[in-house]
Amino acid sequence: MTDAAVDPERTHHHKLGFWRTYVFSTDHKTIARQYLTLGLLWAIVGGLLTYSMRWQLAYPETEVPGWGFIAPDVYNALVTMHGTIMVFFVAMPILLAAFGNFLIPLMIGAQDMAFPRLNMLSFWVFATASVVLLSSFFVPGGAAAAGWTGYPPLSAKAEYTGVGWGMNLWLLALALEFASFLMGGVNFLTTTMNMRAPGMTFFRLPLIIWMELTAAVIFMLSVGPLIAGAVMLLMDRILGTTFYLPEGGGEPLLWQHLFWFFGHPEVYVLLLPGLGIVLEVITVFGRKPVFGYRTIIYSTIVAGFLSFIVWAHHQFVSGMDPRLAMPFSITTIIISVPFAIVIFAIIATLWRASITFATPMLFAVGALGVFIFGGLTGIFNGSAPVDIYVHDTYFVVAHFHYTLFSAVFFGGFAGIYFWFPKMFGRMMNEALGKIHFWFTFILFNSVFIPMHLVGLRGMMRRIANPMQYEFLKPLQPLNQFITLAAIVLLLSQIAFVINVFWSLAGRKAAERNPWQANTLEWSAESPPPHGNFATTPVVYRGPYEYSSPEAADDWLAQNQPLVTAKAARQ
Amino acid sequence: MQSWFPENVSTYGGDVDGIFWFIFYITTVWFFLTEGLILYFIFRYRRKPGQKAAYVRGDTLGQLAWVFVPVVIVAVLDFFIDLHGAEVWAKIKGQLPPADLVVRATGKQFNWEFTYPGPDGKFGTADDLQLDNELHVPVGKVVRVVLTSKDVIHSFFLPNLRLKQDVVPGREITAWFEVTKPGHYEIPCAELCGFGHSGMNGVLSAHTPEDYERWLKDKWPEK
Amino acid sequence: MTTHTATASQTAIPSAKTGTWWFLASEIPVFGGLIASYVVLRLGGGGWAEAVSHVNFSLGLVNTFLLLTSSMTIVMAFAAVQDNNPQRTGAFLGLTVLLGLGFLVIKAIEYSTEITHGFVPSSGIFWSFYYGMTGLHALHVLAGISVNLVLWVTALRGSLAQHSYRVEAAGLYWHFVDIIWIFLFPLLYLT
Repeated sequence: MTDAAVDPERTHHHKLGFWRTYVFSTDHKTIARQYLTLGLLWAIVGGLLTYSMRWQLAYPETEVPGWGFIAPDVYNALVTMHGTIMVFFVAMPILLAAFGNFLIPLMIGAQDMAFPRLNMLSFWVFATASVVLLSSFFVPGGAAAAGWTGYPPLSAKAEYTGVGWGMNLWLLALALEFASFLMGGVNFLTTTMNMRAPGMTFFRLPLIIWMELTAAVIFMLSVGPLIAGAVMLLMDRILGTTFYLPEGGGEPLLWQHLFWFFGHPEVYVLLLPGLGIVLEVITVFGRKPVFGYRTIIYSTIVAGFLSFIVWAHHQFVSGMDPRLAMPFSITTIIISVPFAIVIFAIIATLWRASITFATPMLFAVGALGVFIFGGLTGIFNGSAPVDIYVHDTYFVVAHFHYTLFSAVFFGGFAGIYFWFPKMFGRMMNEALGKIHFWFTFILFNSVFIPMHLVGLRGMMRRIANPMQYEFLKPLQPLNQFITLAAIVLLLSQIAFVINVFWSLAGRKAAERNPWQANTLEWSAESPPPHGNFATTPVVYRGPYEYSSPEAADDWLAQNQPLVTAKAARQ
Repeated sequence: MQSWFPENVSTYGGDVDGIFWFIFYITTVWFFLTEGLILYFIFRYRRKPGQKAAYVRGDTLGQLAWVFVPVVIVAVLDFFIDLHGAEVWAKIKGQLPPADLVVRATGKQFNWEFTYPGPDGKFGTADDLQLDNELHVPVGKVVRVVLTSKDVIHSFFLPNLRLKQDVVPGREITAWFEVTKPGHYEIPCAELCGFGHSGMNGVLSAHTPEDYERWLKDKWPEK
Repeated sequence: MTTHTATASQTAIPSAKTGTWWFLASEIPVFGGLIASYVVLRLGGGGWAEAVSHVNFSLGLVNTFLLLTSSMTIVMAFAAVQDNNPQRTGAFLGLTVLLGLGFLVIKAIEYSTEITHGFVPSSGIFWSFYYGMTGLHALHVLAGISVNLVLWVTALRGSLAQHSYRVEAAGLYWHFVDIIWIFLFPLLYLT
C-alpha cells in the first residue's frame, strides 16, 4: 500500500538552501534537533526562575543577586512560570518531540514521518507558543501568576491577581502548545502504524517506541477537556462569561476537574518516554535482553488506561464530595501495580547483566533510583487522609520533583548522551559527562530530600516568605541549605553545556554504532542523511538480542541476517 | 532535629499520623529492598572480561514469577493502606459529630474572618461577633467550622490539628475538630490566593475552660 | 534513494485516514469536556429552562437538517470521486460547501437576534455555555468549509482524482462536525 502523501523532497535529490535545510526543514531529524534546542533553552529559563525563587525563600525580602527585589506578586509569577515552562516547554519538547521525532522513523526503518510538512508546522507552532509565553513576561501586569494549575476564580478575573494580558497570553501559549503536540501525536501514531520496515512487527519495536506511542495516545485523549476548560477560562476573562464564577451560576471546581483530568495523565505522558530511554540504555550497557518485553508493554498500556481514572486525588480537600475520595484513593493505589511490574522488570534486567558505566548508563540507573523514591512518596499523597495534611505543602513538591526530574532530566540526559553521536555525529566527552552526572545526582538529592521534611513540618506551597509564619521560622536553615544545593545544582549543568559545545566542535567523527547496539538507528550513518537509510532495512528479530547464544558477539542487530551471524561463528 | 511533624493537638491528628507511619514503614522496606538490589546488581554484575550476560528474556511464567510475586505483595499492602485510610477519612471528612460550638470562617484576600454566633447560638442575630484572624475555642469540645470564601479559593489549614479544607466561594463547607491542648496555633492559608497569599495567617486560640469563660465574658459582657 | 516497497509491516489503512482518525480522537474530548461540564452544571443547578426558552428552536432544527444533508452530500462526493466523475464530485462538494455556509449564516442570524435581545455570553451560565459551545463548533464548521472549498476548487480543475483519499478524510472530519451538532442541538435547544 503506497502512502499517497509522498513528500516530493523524499524522491528528489536537489540541494535545499540554508533556510529549507536548517530552519524550515521537513526532515524529522532536524525538527527533533530544533525541539531539543528550544527545550534546553527553556530549561535554562526555568532554572533561572528556580534560582530567584529559592533565593527569595532562603533570604526573604533581600535582593536576589543579579535580579533585584522580588515583590510577592512577582514571586507568584515566577512560581507559575517555572511550573508551566518545565512541564510544557522543557519536558514535552525534549522527551516527546525531540526523542520521538528523532527516533521513531529511524527505529522503525522509515525514511521520515508520515506527514513531514505537518511535522514542520508542529515545530513552528511550538516556536510561536514559545514567543507568546515569553512575551507574557513583558506585558503590563506581568506574567501569569495563578500557579501552573491556574485555579479560578483567582485566574478568572484579572483584578484578583492584577495580571491582565499576561494570563491571556499564558492561555494562548498553552493552546498553541497543545495544538503543536496534537499534530505531533497524529504523526507519531500514523507513522508507526504505517511505515515500519519489512519484518518490523509491533512486537519487535523498541520499548521507547511503545512508550512514545502510549504517551502520544494518552496526551491526545486527555488534553481535550483542558482545551475546553481553557476556552471557558479565556471566555470568563475576556467575554465576561461566568463558567467558573459562582456569582454568575458557575462552578470554580469545574476547572479543577477539567484540569486534572488532563493533568494526571500528563505526568505519565512525561514519565513514559523517560522510562523508555532507561530501558534502551540499560539493555545496551548491560548487554542483556530486557526482562519481560511483552509484560512491560501490557503493563504500560494498563497504566495508561488507569491514568484516566485517578485525577481527583489532586482534589481530596478541594470541597468536592468527600465520598469521592476513597474511590480515587483506590484507583490511585491500583496504578502503583503496573508501575511496580515495570520497575521490577527493569531491576530483573540488571540481574546477571554485564554492566559498564558510560555516562548514559549512569544517568539511566540514576533515573531508576530517583524514580523509585518518587513513586514511593506518591503512596503517601494518594492516601486521602494523609493528603489532608500534606496537600499543598512542600511534601508534594518534593514528590513530583523526584518523579519528574527522574524522567525529564536523568532520563533526558541519559538519552542525550546516548544518542548524541547519532544526532550530531560526535561523541560527548566522557569525563565531563561523569562530572555532570555525579554533581547532578548528589545535589538533586541534597535539594529534594530535605524538602520532604520541610513539607512535613507544614510549609505551604507558593509562599514567598516563610518567615511570616512562626511555625516555619525554625525551618530556615533547611530552606537555606536547599537553596544552596539548588544553586550548585544549577551551576553543575554548566558541565553539560560545555560538553555540548566542546563535542560539537570536536573534530573526531562518531562511528555508526559506538555502543554496539541492536536497534535500527545504529545501522544508519552518524548523523543519518536525508532519507535515513541507503536501502530499506529488513528486520529479522526483536531489539534486545544481546548476549544471544545465536551470535558470536554479545549483540545481534535487528536487521542483521542470521546467515551472516552464523557464518561469522564458523 | 525535632519531630518530623508539628505538635499534634487534635483528637484525630494521631490517626492521620498513624496512616502516615504505616505507609512509611511499608515504603521504607520497599525502598531498601529495591534500591539495595539495584546497588548490589550494578556492582555484582560489572563487566568482567570473557563473561557474557545471561540471556534471560523474562518471557516464561517461571521467570516472570520473580516480578509478579512481589507485585502481589505490593497489591496486598496497598489494600491494607486503603482499608486503614478509609477508616480515618470517614472519621474526619465523612461525618460531623455533634458540635459543642459552631463558628463561621470566611477566607478573603488576604485574611480570615471568624464569625461567632454569640450566646444565643444563632447566626444572623444581634449578638454575632466578627473577628479578623482570631479563632477562639475551648479545648476538649467539638467545634464545627462553616467555611466559605468571599472571592477566590483559599485553604483553611491547621497544621497542629492535621486539618485542611479548601474554602470555595459560592459554597459552604463544614469541617470539625476538637483540640486537646491549650495554646495558640497558626492558621495559614494553603491555596495560592493572590499577592497576599504569603503572610495570610490566622491564630487558633484554644483555651482552658476557665480562660474560655473569661474570653466569653470579655466579648459578651451582658451575657 | 530507496524505492518504497510494499511491506507486511503496515496496517492496511492509508495514512491520511489513520491520521484523520487520530486527529478526531483528540477533538472528541474537547467537545466531550464542554458537553460534560454543561450537563453536570445544568443538573446541579436550577434556572436554566428559562434561558433555554429564548433560543430559536426552529432555526436550530433547520441547521440540524442542513448539516445532516451536507454529511450526505459529502459522502456522495466521495462516491463520485471514486467513480472518477469530476463533474458530480464538484457538484456535491459545492453543495456541501453551500449547506455549510447556510449553517453559518443561520447561526449568525441567531446570534445577532439574541444579542439585540440582550442575551450575550455574560448574561448567565446558560448563555456562557451556549455561546462557548456553538461558537467553538462554528469555528470547526468554518474550518471544514474551508477544506471542502479547497477540494471543490481542486475538483473543478479536474485534479482531484488521484487524491480521492482527501475527500474521504474531509468527509470524516465533516461527519464529526455534524455529530457534535447532533449532541449540541438537544442539549441547548430542547428544554
